[in-house]
Parts: sequence; structure tokens; C-alpha cells
Amino acid sequence: MNKTLKVFTNGFIKENPVLVLLLGMCPTLAVTSSAMNGLGMGLATTFVLICSNIVISLMKNLIPGKVRIPSFIVVIASFVTIVDLMMAAYVPALHKQLGIFIPLIVVNCIVLGRAEAYASKNNVFTSFLDGTGMGLGFALALTVLGGVREILGAGQFFGMNIPIYPNDSQGNPITILVFVLAPGAFIALGYLIAILNRITKSN
Amino acid sequence: MAGKQSTFTSMTVTLLVISATASVALAGVYSLTKEKIEQAKKEKLINAIAVVVPEFNNDPGAEMMLVDCDDKDKLEFYPAKKDGKLIGFAVKTYTDKGFSGRFWIMAGFLPDGTISNTAVLEHYETPGLGDKMDVAKSKFPIQFNGKNPATFNMKVKKDGGDVDAITAATITSRAFTDAVQRAYDALIKLNNEGGIK
Repeated sequence: MNKTLKVFTNGFIKENPVLVLLLGMCPTLAVTSSAMNGLGMGLATTFVLICSNIVISLMKNLIPGKVRIPSFIVVIASFVTIVDLMMAAYVPALHKQLGIFIPLIVVNCIVLGRAEAYASKNNVFTSFLDGTGMGLGFALALTVLGGVREILGAGQFFGMNIPIYPNDSQGNPITILVFVLAPGAFIALGYLIAILNRITKSN
Repeated sequence: MAGKQSTFTSMTVTLLVISATASVALAGVYSLTKEKIEQAKKEKLINAIAVVVPEFNNDPGAEMMLVDCDDKDKLEFYPAKKDGKLIGFAVKTYTDKGFSGRFWIMAGFLPDGTISNTAVLEHYETPGLGDKMDVAKSKFPIQFNGKNPATFNMKVKKDGGDVDAITAATITSRAFTDAVQRAYDALIKLNNEGGIK
């Protein structure tokens, strides 16, 4: 049981897709200009990861080795399209925000990575746990990164103003604009990785 | 790698089965969500129209008409009527002068050409700078409300006009002004051609 639990918790810190494995950097850097965007992207990816992990581990004995990658990609792409359509129908505002990055989940290395490295070698239940853990770890990292960038760059958190935030004479929050732009994503990500390394190495 | 042996037949059959299953699943989801997606789009349009013109009780989406603007593109005009009387226009207008390409705004006019309100529909401007043209983020667009472009010089102050630009986003401010101006020009053109009943 302990080992199964470990499969689940691995994705959060020890093998966090973003902060330790450094996979899926493209959406990570591009959509995390706010905490809500990070969370939405993270949850969409989590859904795809869980579904694709389950289906691929179910089919692992039926797929000939030489065509496994195309098969995985078709499965993943189908789930991504489902997420894309569902989001457009039920959360159009968030769908518009994330834009092109939803279809791009298909080529997010973390999804294919888990399919190839884990789901194709393990049973359905542990693959499900692995997908959930990895997905939530990805969502967690994106939300934290988005939160940091939003607080520093826009003076808000999840779109809400922060009461103790310093204001200038006109009542606008004093912000470090670069954090909501692309370079700020790299800076914030670099510091997050450094902090995580410091914590995990000192233990 | 566990799995079946890779023969030509097994590979072909596997890929065929997977693709066929995926197609069926996607077709199902598509037909399930199609209506909902269209409804969401329509709702968004109606909401944007409702924001920019005074209260109406017709269906502006059904009475939409296309009006030429100077550069041979067409703008969508949504007449807002209350009890059959025209009380304003919502114009879906665009500009190509944005910092990151074309963006779309909805501009509302009263029948005499006075700007009633504006709303940003879709844009790619820089977060934290250009996106302040959205009324949720700054007071920039409010300055247009109640102004008539006939008397209000639709240029940013830097260019000798009356529009207060967004700090550090002059290009976006110019572009926004350009989009409103485009809608106004088309409205004048429409009025000169006999207007609307």
C-alpha cells in the first residue's frame, strides 16, 4: 500500500513535472500570467493525463511495439479535443484565455512521457494514480507560478485585489510589470526551482 | 516493451481500430457540445451588445447588418430598438494598429453618433500594459462615454487630440481610438446613405 501511495505522491514534489523533471515548459511559461490560468491549464492537463494513462495501460498488451507512439498520440489527441470542446461549451471565458495552449496539450511532453514511461508498463490502477499525481503536481506548480507572477506583476491573486498591497498616490497597486510578461515567467520559474532544490536538498 | 508482435497486419489493424474509435468518440462529443458552444458564443455577443447600448427589447443579433468601412472590410452593425424605436447601435469594430495585431471591440452609439459605451471583445495586447483598455482593468475606456466624435478629437493627447492615453501603452490607446473611429465613420456613412428605419 505504501508503495502505491508513493506512486501518487511522487508527482507533487519528488518528481514534480515542472519543477523537477522540467517537462511541459511551453504551456508552463506561456499561460501562467495569473493563478487562475495556471490552475485551469493544470486541471485540463490532469484530466488528459488521467484518461490517457488509463486507456493506454488498458491497451498496452494489444498494441504492437512498433506503432505504440502513434497509438498513444491518437489517444492523447482525442482526449485533448474532448477537453477543448467541453471547455468551449461550459467555461468559454477560461477557454478563451488559454486559447491555443489547450490543443497544444497534445504535444506536452509530460503526457506522452507518462504514457511511455509508466502507463505502458503498469496496471490500470497504478497508472491512474500516477496520472492523477503527476497531473495535480503539474497543476500545483502552474498555480503557484501563476500566483507568484500575478501577485508581483498585477497586484492581485485569483483576480482579487490584495488588501495589504502597497498602493501609489493614485490608488493603483505598485507592481513589477515584467512578471506578467514572458521574461518574468523565466525569472519566477528559476526562483521556484531554486527554492524547491534548497528545501529538498537540505532534508 | 510488452505488447503484441509487430507484423504488418497487426500494426494496420491496431491503428485502424484506434483511429476509428477515436473518430466515433470525438463525433459524439462534438455533437453533444455543438449547440452549447454556439449558445455560449451568441450569449457573449448579446451580453456585449447589452453593455454598450441603452436598454433594448429587440433581438439585435437577428437584425444584424453589414456596413462597408473605408478599407473595404465590413463591420457588423447591431441595431438596438425599444418598442420598435431605434435607440442605438452596437458596432463590432476592429483595428490593425494594436501592439500585437488586430483586436476587436464593441462600440455602442446613440442614434446621433454619441458614444454610449465600449467593450473589448478579443485582444492580444500585453497583459498589465495594453490590456488596461479593458474597463475591468482601468478607467481608460470610460472617457469615451458620452462623447461625440464630431466634437471630441479622437486622437491621443500626444498626437494633439483629446484622448488620455494609458500610461506606457500609447500604441494600444491609439489602436483603441482607431477602432472606435472606424465604427463612427461607418455609422456616419450609413446615416448619409439614408440611415436605418
